Amino acid sequence: MRDAFVIALVLFAVWTGWRVFRVDSMVRASFSLMLSFFAVGAIGVLLSAPYIGVATVFMMAVEMMVMAIFMVMFMMNPAGLNPMSMVHQHRLSIGAGAAAFAALAAAALLSELPDAPVPTDKAVVADLGHELLGPSMLIFETAGVTLLATMVGAVILSSRQGRYGMADQGSRPPGLEPGGEPAGRQPDESGGGHHHDHGGHG
Amino acid sequence: MTLTIVLLGAAALIGIGLYGALSQQSFVMLMMGLELMLNGALLAVVGFWSQGLAGMPEGQLLAIIVMAVMAVEMALGFALVVAVYRRRQADMTKSIGTLKE
Repeated sequence: MRDAFVIALVLFAVWTGWRVFRVDSMVRASFSLMLSFFAVGAIGVLLSAPYIGVATVFMMAVEMMVMAIFMVMFMMNPAGLNPMSMVHQHRLSIGAGAAAFAALAAAALLSELPDAPVPTDKAVVADLGHELLGPSMLIFETAGVTLLATMVGAVILSSRQGRYGMADQGSRPPGLEPGGEPAGRQPDESGGGHHHDHGGHG
Repeated sequence: MTLTIVLLGAAALIGIGLYGALSQQSFVMLMMGLELMLNGALLAVVGFWSQGLAGMPEGQLLAIIVMAVMAVEMALGFALVVAVYRRRQADMTKSIGTLKE
């Protein structure tokens, strides 16, 4: 009985995952990806990992809403009224995806899989809590510091300019040989301040 | 049986995600491919923990780490997209081809 639900949810996750690259609107694509994550979260709940499953659903609900906002910012076809196809190296990608699936599926089918399911009376969420704040606390704290570094990095990358002007103002890329011409693209002398007109008329 | 089904589903999600990450031209769609691959990884981790570890809590910890990786990828990915767009008005991969050289 549980297997039937798991099969249905796996098929739903794969189908919605496929729809991500087939729908005509990027907002629909992000909601399709959200449904795929929800199906994986439901599989987690079915497979006696309720905390992981519910946390996945909560996290992805928020994350995909943020993603939908970014989609509206960056897409060229907001309403999905025209067919949308923005692909390159299509055959190579199909081949790589199919090869990855074939290799992983063969590994799953051919290897001897472990058979030690979670005992039904095990308090899995309490176990996870004791593990997080006990033996694995260092790992958990490392994840927290990583997220803090991510916040700092995201703010620095996405801010228009730093406290003392543009980040690359007056900078000069290093030359290919000592004292030679600077390599690569020169930073704008004007500081890149043009094109202020995009991004709404608020 | 359950584990085989879950692993096949995870393999399909990773395959589709790889296709998307390689084929999409728009940065945000490319990131959806990456997210889909992480989705498959999360599914495989949950399946292995549920069917293969007899309830050892370290497996759930690994799933939480995968979710943290997802959050980091999402936040820094969008920050990079915004930074590249500010500097070069680019939102497609071919517009930043000069990085190749």
